[in-house]
Amino acid sequence: MKTFMTGNEAVARGAFEAGVVYASAYPGTPSTEILENTAQYPEIISEWAPNEKVALEAVLGASIAGGRALAAMKHVGVNVAADPLMTISYTGVTGGLVLISADDPGCHSSQNEQDNRILAKFAKIACIEPSDSQECLDYMKAAYEISEQFDVAVMMRMTTRVCHSKSLVEVGERVEKDLIPYVKRPEKYIAAPAHAKKLHPVVEAKLVEMEKFSNETPLNRIEWADKKVGIVTSGVAYQYAKEVFGDNASYLKLGFTNPLPMDKIRDFASQVETLYVVEELEPFMEEQIKAAGIECIGKALIPNVGELNPDIIAKSLLGEVRPLLDIPQDKLVGRPPTLCAGCPHRGFFYALKKKKNVMVTGDIGCYTLGASEPLNTTDTVIDMGASISMGHGAQRVLDKAGKGMKVVSVIGDSTFFHSGITSLIDVVYNRGNTVNVILDNRITGMTGHQENPGTGYTLTGQKVKEIEIDKVVRALGVELVINVNPLDLDAVTKALDAALAYEGPSVIITRWPCVLKKFSPEDIKEFGEKKPVCYVVEEECRGCRLCNKTGCPAIVFDKTKKKSYIDPNACVGCEVCLQVCPFKAIKKAGE
Amino acid sequence: MAEIKNILFAGVGGQGIILASKILAAGLINAGYDVKMSEVHGMAQRGGSVTTQVRYGEKVYSPIIGKGQADLLVSFESMEAMRWLDYINPKGKVVVNDHELWSAPILMGSADYPEGILEAIRERAETVVIKAGEIAAELGNPRTMNVVLVGTLIKAMGLEGLDWETVIRDTVKPQFVEINLKALKAGMDQVKG
Repeated sequence: MKTFMTGNEAVARGAFEAGVVYASAYPGTPSTEILENTAQYPEIISEWAPNEKVALEAVLGASIAGGRALAAMKHVGVNVAADPLMTISYTGVTGGLVLISADDPGCHSSQNEQDNRILAKFAKIACIEPSDSQECLDYMKAAYEISEQFDVAVMMRMTTRVCHSKSLVEVGERVEKDLIPYVKRPEKYIAAPAHAKKLHPVVEAKLVEMEKFSNETPLNRIEWADKKVGIVTSGVAYQYAKEVFGDNASYLKLGFTNPLPMDKIRDFASQVETLYVVEELEPFMEEQIKAAGIECIGKALIPNVGELNPDIIAKSLLGEVRPLLDIPQDKLVGRPPTLCAGCPHRGFFYALKKKKNVMVTGDIGCYTLGASEPLNTTDTVIDMGASISMGHGAQRVLDKAGKGMKVVSVIGDSTFFHSGITSLIDVVYNRGNTVNVILDNRITGMTGHQENPGTGYTLTGQKVKEIEIDKVVRALGVELVINVNPLDLDAVTKALDAALAYEGPSVIITRWPCVLKKFSPEDIKEFGEKKPVCYVVEEECRGCRLCNKTGCPAIVFDKTKKKSYIDPNACVGCEVCLQVCPFKAIKKAGE
Repeated sequence: MAEIKNILFAGVGGQGIILASKILAAGLINAGYDVKMSEVHGMAQRGGSVTTQVRYGEKVYSPIIGKGQADLLVSFESMEAMRWLDYINPKGKVVVNDHELWSAPILMGSADYPEGILEAIRERAETVVIKAGEIAAELGNPRTMNVVLVGTLIKAMGLEGLDWETVIRDTVKPQFVEINLKALKAGMDQVKG
């Protein structure tokens, strides 16, 4: 009996079957569901870490203690974890260690589309690439064998389509692994200079051994068919190539891609007339194959930009283009993502927008939408935690030049725990002068509601002590700390005025739950139950559209009647529009 | 069975298209097909346009459908059918829910919901227009709108012979089985023949 699973579900199942005992991650699309699924297996201790570096370090600790361990993150998360990663290659592991890198070609929900196979090569660790859910499960089990056989961390590089597409999987049973007995080995695990110098040649020798393995392993297999065209491919690109060429080409399907099986590639190349390399994003395999003196065609025809698909391969390599129906553009209006009706971020951004001569440095989360119509408030978004540190640098330069411009840095609760704390230390320590706003919506919203250190619950739903942001920032030495309800526009404006007028680092904490959050008992106690919805008194509405300028998707402007209406099924009664209306035309139901 | 069939679901976050595509996939798997299904998470869910894709046949490779490749587009919202129309092959069919959900520019009054969308779709492809929301409401539960649409697409694809009752029983809570079976049948009845 086969099960229909996403790649992420299959990775978790693979970890379970491989005897993994510890897993840690920071949520990030498209990787998030991996830990949500390992958490379903009581045999695996599954935890959210505050960031990816911490997750990987915790996983390394579990490995050194002798257990099989798993770290999962999105591609840009591996940048955060790069510091331990670059040295794990030197130390190696004890219990098998697998790092999932979930890359996002096409930037479906990411700030870039980096190809992390390059990081695996840079870190001198093994890299494997599954192409569907069955391979996600099978490769996980193989990865732990490889990790322990070669004393190396294994990066399993997935992509959005592998993570989030479902296919049929044959599942197996868990094989329990005894903890590998702990032995003190300072020459291996203390990466001090004297040891590191000796470890580097060991790493190089491992790579030679792993290349031999790469040439022999069934993870790298040849599918012979027509020999006019030979295709070297990996990951989901294999599925796309099969879709386009079918039996009209032969395939060298690579599951183990660092180090590459160069002898196998050379042998395959010698038996086909034309050799194509079909890979998503960077010419990772192509450049190495060419450097080995093997002629091949890849990125000269297939773009290294954007997500790959079968149509791009068909057009690039075969010149085939399908006829398409035309779409009359006058029959289409955009449907951009928006902050939800009742989103607590809306009130804050609406109040912030009124402030003149400010630069707003933003961060990663739903509140990135504060940069979009009609709020148009945020000026920058780069990476996790950057709002506070970038804001500090900007304020420094503006102050030096006497520009009189203030910087407001805006960050979410989970992002603050991830990387914002160290940035705020930078501001306080260097006597900075920025307004730092922490939008605490009591959950990690963007990735689909994961608990974090500020929510008082763990990944498995265990009640724990909430790490209070207010106490954290005061402990760091911030003297002006204002807690405010973001749905109260007057209070937000007053808080901003006070902070903008203040000389020195200040923090505003807005505290209200994400409107999609299932309230915990503590939330209900603090924020109350559902509120009555708002409605527009038609005769009072003058059609000024100020309520529309909040960008609330529950508010509709009727152009013929020149009046606004509130959809009672969408409204949650946040009352932001009610405060904005200059004619008091918006009322609460029941009033 | 060698031929691969492609069904694209389009709609807006919250309309139940993921559950609908799961029902379809489960029926196809029970019938012995190889099936792949894709969905995109993240930003797309904040009121944005959402699609899921189901491909089935003897052996399916790519999990995604290319432009001009879908045999059937089932759209839970009228304008979304237009947005994804170039994904169907010119001989493909469209099942479209006659239902408008205004996007942010329209809500704010900076654009109008386009008129004549359904006519423009009919001019371009074989189209079944249904009022799935009304049908579901008449049956007594507006939330079964998505299952009505699944019924229509099943008939449009000639899949009505598969065992859908088992799928519904496996998918929804016992108290909702009967209403969903009715919704499925009502959806099928929208396609003649």
